[in-house]
Amino acid sequence: MTHPSSYEADALIAEDIDAYLERHQHKSLLRFITCGSVDDGKSTLIGRLLYDSKMIFEDQLAALEADSKRVGTQGQNIDFALLVDGLAAEREQGITIDVAYRFFATDRRKFIVADTPGHEQYTRNMVTGASTADLAVILIDARKGVLTQTRRHSYLCQLIGIRNIVLAVNKMDLVDYSQETFDAIVADYSAFAQSIGISRFTPIPISGFVGDNITTKSEHTPWYSGATLMELLETVEIDADADRAKPFRLPVQWVNRPNLDFRGFSGLIAGGTVKPGDAIRVLPSGKTSTVARVVTFDGDLEEGVAGQAVTLTLADEIDCSRGDVIAASANPPEAADQFEATIVWMADEAMLPGRSYWLKLGTQTVTANIQQPKYQINVNTMEHTAAKTLELNAIGVANLSTDRPLVFEAYEANRDLGGFILIDKFTNATVAAGMIHFSLRRAQNVHWQATDITREARAALMRQKPAVLWFTGLSGAGKSTIANLVEKKLTRMNRHTFLLDGDNIRHGLNKDLGFTDADRVENIRRVGEVAKLMTDAGLIVITAFISPFRAEREMVRQMLPDGDFIEVFIDTPLAEAERRDVKGLYAKARAGQLKNFTGIDSPYEAPDDAELRIDTTQLTPEQAAERIVDYLLDR
Amino acid sequence: MTASLTHLQRLEAESIHILREVVAETEKPVMLYSIGKDSAVMLHLARKAFYPSPPPFPLLHVDTTWKFRAMYELRDRAARDAGMELLVYQNPEAKERGINPFDHGSLHTDMWKTEGLKQALDLYGFDAAFGGARRDEEKSRAKERIFSFRSANHRWDPKNQRPELWRLYNARKAKGESIRVFPISNWTELDIWQYIHLENIEIVPLYFAAPRPTVQRDGLLLMVDDERFPLKPGETPVERSIRFRTLGCYPLTGAVESEAKTLPEVIQEMLLTTTSERQGRAIDHDQAASMEKKKQEGYF
Repeated sequence: MTHPSSYEADALIAEDIDAYLERHQHKSLLRFITCGSVDDGKSTLIGRLLYDSKMIFEDQLAALEADSKRVGTQGQNIDFALLVDGLAAEREQGITIDVAYRFFATDRRKFIVADTPGHEQYTRNMVTGASTADLAVILIDARKGVLTQTRRHSYLCQLIGIRNIVLAVNKMDLVDYSQETFDAIVADYSAFAQSIGISRFTPIPISGFVGDNITTKSEHTPWYSGATLMELLETVEIDADADRAKPFRLPVQWVNRPNLDFRGFSGLIAGGTVKPGDAIRVLPSGKTSTVARVVTFDGDLEEGVAGQAVTLTLADEIDCSRGDVIAASANPPEAADQFEATIVWMADEAMLPGRSYWLKLGTQTVTANIQQPKYQINVNTMEHTAAKTLELNAIGVANLSTDRPLVFEAYEANRDLGGFILIDKFTNATVAAGMIHFSLRRAQNVHWQATDITREARAALMRQKPAVLWFTGLSGAGKSTIANLVEKKLTRMNRHTFLLDGDNIRHGLNKDLGFTDADRVENIRRVGEVAKLMTDAGLIVITAFISPFRAEREMVRQMLPDGDFIEVFIDTPLAEAERRDVKGLYAKARAGQLKNFTGIDSPYEAPDDAELRIDTTQLTPEQAAERIVDYLLDR
Repeated sequence: MTASLTHLQRLEAESIHILREVVAETEKPVMLYSIGKDSAVMLHLARKAFYPSPPPFPLLHVDTTWKFRAMYELRDRAARDAGMELLVYQNPEAKERGINPFDHGSLHTDMWKTEGLKQALDLYGFDAAFGGARRDEEKSRAKERIFSFRSANHRWDPKNQRPELWRLYNARKAKGESIRVFPISNWTELDIWQYIHLENIEIVPLYFAAPRPTVQRDGLLLMVDDERFPLKPGETPVERSIRFRTLGCYPLTGAVESEAKTLPEVIQEMLLTTTSERQGRAIDHDQAASMEKKKQEGYF
């Protein structure tokens, strides 16, 4: 089998366009990623694939020829790399390089290539490009053999679950097309691949520059009897077809309700097939029914398959909405609220264990907390190292918990139900990608213990409405002083209170925590949990912590019933707090003896909409306390 | 057993998935409708995505008053057939100042299209707008996301794009921010034509060759579509058999000489042709990297 030359295709286009169109309607789609740095000839290879499949027009070609002569590295020859190297220019300009998608087609297939830079600082981009790929082409420079970056690229492809790996040993022209060199590289790579769980891969000797074994078999490598790169790309099995063999899953995207007579559930089939009459189960509710119709604009389908966007109607009126998963009744996915997952961190701001993030998986969005990573993976050596957090481009394994059960499958079993993103609740940025390994047994076995004496009953006994007065502000702003006065006033009024003070808590409950961002988050989380228990017991809790991050204050607010969290911003300008410097801490921080000091070398995020703002340059501590007590009792 | 999905079926499913995600996760979406072939495909996909409901958002045409007459004729009918509300917006300031492509050069695009679009989105308070841009059109689009964020003053920041993994799109945004969403990002020009052919989608007749009055100017073959076209001394319209590969404002859109009167013939010509699609548009040649700059300023 050889690749039909573009000449042949041209002839068909010219002579019988209808026949050509008929043939092209049945093309399939392959998405792949190319891994390698510019030095490996990646851009040259992609440029050549575009060129050989006639995706370069005359005006572009004229520009390319001119550029090749001007700045090219190939003498008078066309430098294919210039076609795709918008990237290089951008890098010089300091623009973030990410994934660029390129398109070409042959008579058999349409291809979408995710083109990402290969350096370690672009792990984020490579993972993004790989997430939609059916196949990866890993480029090796024949003169250099298997390098650290080859291992990194292979590991990331394996991590993201790409089953088809092509090892393109490039620049064979520069090693005299030596079979020995090729065999040695393949043997070397094979040993490494097995060690990380890649069971099979296809090695091809190529030269992107000369064109050997790209679209036509090379005369230079008579010892090679395998397929050309293009043949392989055109014939490899596509993951979407394999997804059909899986159990049926449809994450519900949207409930389609044009009138009272029609109620359909729209979504993309994430696995398996579905026919009218099939028994289904809606998760997480577990309600069952049967499929009535598989509706599309082009008429009802006899069978819907993985990868199709359809609308299902059911035989029974059962509750089902966005975020639910309709699944094969006999073989449904699990629902759980604690998981182990691999996490790829993608944001400049490091992960903060304990902070709440949005987690989006399929069509479900929930709140999730990540625990401290079990370990981080060195992407160059595959070694596991201890880590307290994950920085940009770091990959680690951690447990996470969600505020309600998530319908999921292991990523290995189903990408759509096992892959998730994490979203920062304040910036709305996508900060991480994750892949679920399994749920933790705890989630299934530890149930909430319902108690007979309720929160309301305890509060009634104390004849008060529990609340948390959450003081926030810079060190030395006057939080402890005012909090102390507030508590005294309340006690005199026979209110039951408890004051949680930052310094005191750090001597006991939180003595294992320091002042890094991650530790500050955990500090506040624990205080929030303690304050919550105390309000459950009926108390009015007063807390005096710097609590510099908006996200954590918001997290505590979310833990409590509406209205029970009263944020009190003790607003003292930094200059004033530093002038007072009651504990002498600012002086130490300025002298460099105290690290991570809020306001000096660690940020303070002032509240925008605190229930109370106390300006200490205008009010005395006594006046401030009075105002806070008034607010509390007026509720 | 259903056959393997074809590339067009997979592209269609991806686009439908994107359209539904936006409707499910944003408050007030709108579809920008430019009446061209890409818009026609996008509108068709929207009808499929929400069937049997009509698409649950309106169409918005940011009008420059300088489109081809044949485009205006198709516009109203297409909206009616889809059962959708059609909003037409014309920048009142551009109208008042009589901004036109003959006298005002790039100010024309800036005021009617870029400013007009911002004004329309602000006026109606849309927080998500579908656009028919494709990644194969041009370099800066190859790296743009499917969900592309705009600040409260509609600026695009290419340095700060969200990673898009799997089929997961993050549609969260702060108050005042909006998203431009490109459901047909991964379609190529050939895919669009093939799909139009396969699905029998109605497109503006200007895409097919016919004898039309033309003048040659600045390397572009322009059609004299109405009496507003100011002829230069010595210029007389010549009837040529032409068609258009893209459609915009008629004084800015270059035609190609062609005999392709049917869709297969158009596709045939396109496959055998040797110039890229956007070459017919004056707007791209204004300055180096012009599209990227325009986009940062808020052009779609």
